Formats: sequence, C-alpha cells, structure tokens
Amino acid sequence: MNEQLAAIDIQDVSFAYGLAPVLQNVNLSIAQGEFLGIVGPNAGGKSTLLKIMLGFLPLQHGSVLIFGKSPEQQRSLIGYVPQYPAFARDFPITVEQAVLLGRLGATKRFGPYSAADRQAARQALQEVEADQLAQRVISALSGGQLQRVMLARALVSNPKILILDEPTANIDMRLETDIFDHLRKLNKRMTIVVVSHDVAFISDYVSRVACLNRTLICHNTDAIDGQLIQELYGYHVHHVSHQHLPFAPAA
Amino acid sequence: MITEFLQALSTQSFLQMALIAGLLASLGCGVVGTFVVVKRITFLAGGIAHSVLAGMGAAAYYGFDPLLGALVAAILSALLMGWIHLHWQAQEDTLIGALWAIGMAIGLLFISQTPGYTSNLTSYLFGNILLVPEQDLWLMAGLNVLLLLLVGLFYHQFLAVIFDEEFARLRNVPVTFFYLLLLCLIAVTVVLLIHVVGLILVIALLTLPAAIAGHYVHSLGKMMVIATVLGSIFTSGGLALSYAPDLPAGPTIILLAGSAYVGSEIVRRYRAQRLARRSIASL
Repeated sequence: MNEQLAAIDIQDVSFAYGLAPVLQNVNLSIAQGEFLGIVGPNAGGKSTLLKIMLGFLPLQHGSVLIFGKSPEQQRSLIGYVPQYPAFARDFPITVEQAVLLGRLGATKRFGPYSAADRQAARQALQEVEADQLAQRVISALSGGQLQRVMLARALVSNPKILILDEPTANIDMRLETDIFDHLRKLNKRMTIVVVSHDVAFISDYVSRVACLNRTLICHNTDAIDGQLIQELYGYHVHHVSHQHLPFAPAA
Repeated sequence: MITEFLQALSTQSFLQMALIAGLLASLGCGVVGTFVVVKRITFLAGGIAHSVLAGMGAAAYYGFDPLLGALVAAILSALLMGWIHLHWQAQEDTLIGALWAIGMAIGLLFISQTPGYTSNLTSYLFGNILLVPEQDLWLMAGLNVLLLLLVGLFYHQFLAVIFDEEFARLRNVPVTFFYLLLLCLIAVTVVLLIHVVGLILVIALLTLPAAIAGHYVHSLGKMMVIATVLGSIFTSGGLALSYAPDLPAGPTIILLAGSAYVGSEIVRRYRAQRLARRSIASL
C-alpha cells in the first residue's frame, strides 16, 4: 500500500435527504495510521458521513476515495462497528458464527469455513478478550460483551481502516475506557475513525478531532475549548466534567 | 382411528402418495420456514402465498397445469415484493397487502370464467393432499433437491443476509441477489405446500414448525432439522387423524401444528418464569 496515499480522502461532499441538507461541502483527508474522532450535535451529519465513507449511501456531490479507489471497491479493507446492532438480539446464532460472518469476502464462496477462518475468528475474539464467549448465543450477551463481539467481527477480516459509530453509546463509562484502550492498541496497525458524543473523553485518545454540524471543522485535540464547541453546536453547551476510572476486567 | 389409517396406508396407493407429499413438503417448510421465522418476514411470505392464486387461475383458464401457474406466479410475486422491500420500504406493508389481495382477485376472476374449474377452487385454497398426482410428487421432489442444493451451497451468504444486511453488504455479499433468491425459495416452498394445506393455510405450515423449533434450540441448522421433523409429524399425524372421520386433511394438519405451537409457547413461558424465580431465589 502506497504510504503517501490518504486512507480516506473526502472532497467537497454534500448530501441531502429529500429537501433537508445534511452535509455541505465537506472536505476531509485522513492519513494512514491516524486516529480521528468525529464529534458534533445530533442530526449534524456524523452517521451520514460514515455511511458515505462505507459506500452505503450514493454520492450526490463530491468524491470519496479509500486508498485511492471508491468505497465500493475497497470495502474489504474496512472494518465497521455500528452504533446499534442491525440484527435481532434473539437471533439464533453463536458469537463464533457471528464473528465468522466477518470473513465473508475474504474466504472461499462455497462450503464450510476453512481452518484459517476459524483461527482468524479465535484471534479476533482473543484480541477483544471475548474468546470465552465463542460458544455463547448472542441473546445471552450483555451490552458491553456484544460491543466487543461486534468489534471482533469488524477485526476478523484484518482491515486497514476501522470505522466505529458511537461504539460506547450503550455501555457504562468503565467499559468505555476499556474499549478506547483497545482502539489505541489497534491504532498501531490500522487507521481508526470514531464518531463519539463525548468530546472531552475522546480527546485523550484521538490524534485529531473533526467537528461536524453540516459543515466540517478539523482541529488538533489541544485546540478544543468551550468556545469552539459552543460555536460548533450553535447554542450554549453545558460543560460537565467526569473522570473515567481505570478498567477492571469484567468477570 | 390410527389403526384404520395404517391398514389403509398399506393397501391404498393414494394414501401412500399423500404421505410422501406431506414428507416432501415438510423438508421445504423446515428449511425455508426457519429463514422466514428468524428474518421475521411472515407477512411477506403470506403475500407471496396468496398472490399465487392469480397464476393458478390463469393456468386453469388457459389450459396449463395449475401447479406450473402457481410456480410462475409465486416467483414473479416474490421478485416484485423483494423489489418493494429493497426500494420502497416506507410503503412496504401497504403494497404487500395490496398485492396479496390483487393476486387473489385476479385468480378468482380467472377461475370464475373457467368452465368446470370452479369446483377446484376449494382444493386450491385449502389443499387436497389425497389427490396429489404422481407427476406432482416428482415436481415436488425436484423442487426440494433444488432448494437444498441452493441452501447448502450458499448457507453462509443466506445467513449473512438474514442476520445483518448492512454488514453483509460491507463484506461484499451481493445482498440484493441473495435476498431475492431467498424470496424465490419461499415461493418454491409455497408451491410445495399448496397440495398439502392449500394457499390459505400455507403460511401456518411454513412458520409454525420453525417457530416451535426456535423455542428449544439456538442454532439455525438445528432449527431446520427439528422443524423438518415436526413438519413431518404434523403432516403425517394430520393425515392419520383426518382419515377415519373423513375430515379434510389440510385444516386437520394446521390444527395439529397450531395446538402444538400454543402448547409449546405455554411450556416455554412457564419454564422462563420458573428459571427467573430460581435465579432470584439463589441471590
């Protein structure tokens, strides 16, 4: 992979749902190995921008390149963790089977999974410390366990870019720290883009923050202050300080 | 009652063919019914099943085999409803309901204009497993082979699309193709079941065995096996129970499956409550 090539290059992207504009002339270049946080108010276009990066939404204006090619051509290089699971929580499937589905596209089309696929699933589960959950059905998982499994499913295809949409929105603060510590480790070998509502918290982890409210402003993490956040959100924002306690592994 | 059925079964070829038809139908309903239940597309499957009457009526009117007409109508209806699901989601419920009724209306009009065929309306709607011709058994067997081959070859792709369409798309699974193929498999299964229970009751036999299986196992493969076994028990049992009192077999099969489902649901809820009480007591 050419190291000079941007992992994700977004040029002049605008998008509207019907008459409602969501993104306006968004320009963003994400370098290989970067850990980028995207923050902004609800309905500010964060999830829409992610879906355009993933090729789930058609481009209406502008261009998006993933390592120099269209998102549809480069999907195999992307791992994705959605905000909410798109599947029914009572679906009859084990954790191992769910993670193995992440191998599709990277393995043979017909017949059973290979030994290499199963090994990759085991490794991905070990990486997120969820290997002991492999034979459990997904309906028996807690919110935090499910989040780890979805992360393993994204990692099993060995992606070059990991995109996460509010990965800690449905779990408690202790697990939030744990997940972001994992992401910091993963960032040593892949580019990471994470959408989060918690500007102060992700500032400790990401190398750059993109503030999105229809238009986009990018900042180094040390340049984010109350005034900037207020300008971005367009209204007064209460500043609440909280401290994340060190993680103790769940039983 | 059962002894009388077993004695007749050993001598009457029409009963033997009815039993084989029931078993062939069970295989389809076990495998595809599991997909319908876990994907929660019972309403869509019902739409496909009922719009089949248009094809049966048209085939009868123009002098073709009604089962062939049913197969063509089921596939067309499945593709149309799949397209609606993929491109017109906001109106999906209304449109499927409309296609459901329009299909039946077209079928009823054709049947009303077909001399001598009006008497067959009841057998289309409620099935008549005792009148399955041998050539239809071969067609059912062929459709089963096709169905098992496709599911066996593309099991992971079907699982991915049923489990999480968005993620499947990201992994380069051709989601639209496999979703439409799944609906075509449902269409084929509906045709398999028409002789056994008729198109009005088909949706019950398609979903109830898989729903009962889902109460006890948490794997798609095991659900398919158990649903197939249950489907075989219901079709054979319904046939046996209906024989001596000369009841129609289709509704008897459905009543048997429906009773088993209600009983299983009660047992499942009771077990869940008992487990919860035991768990609280151990605190």
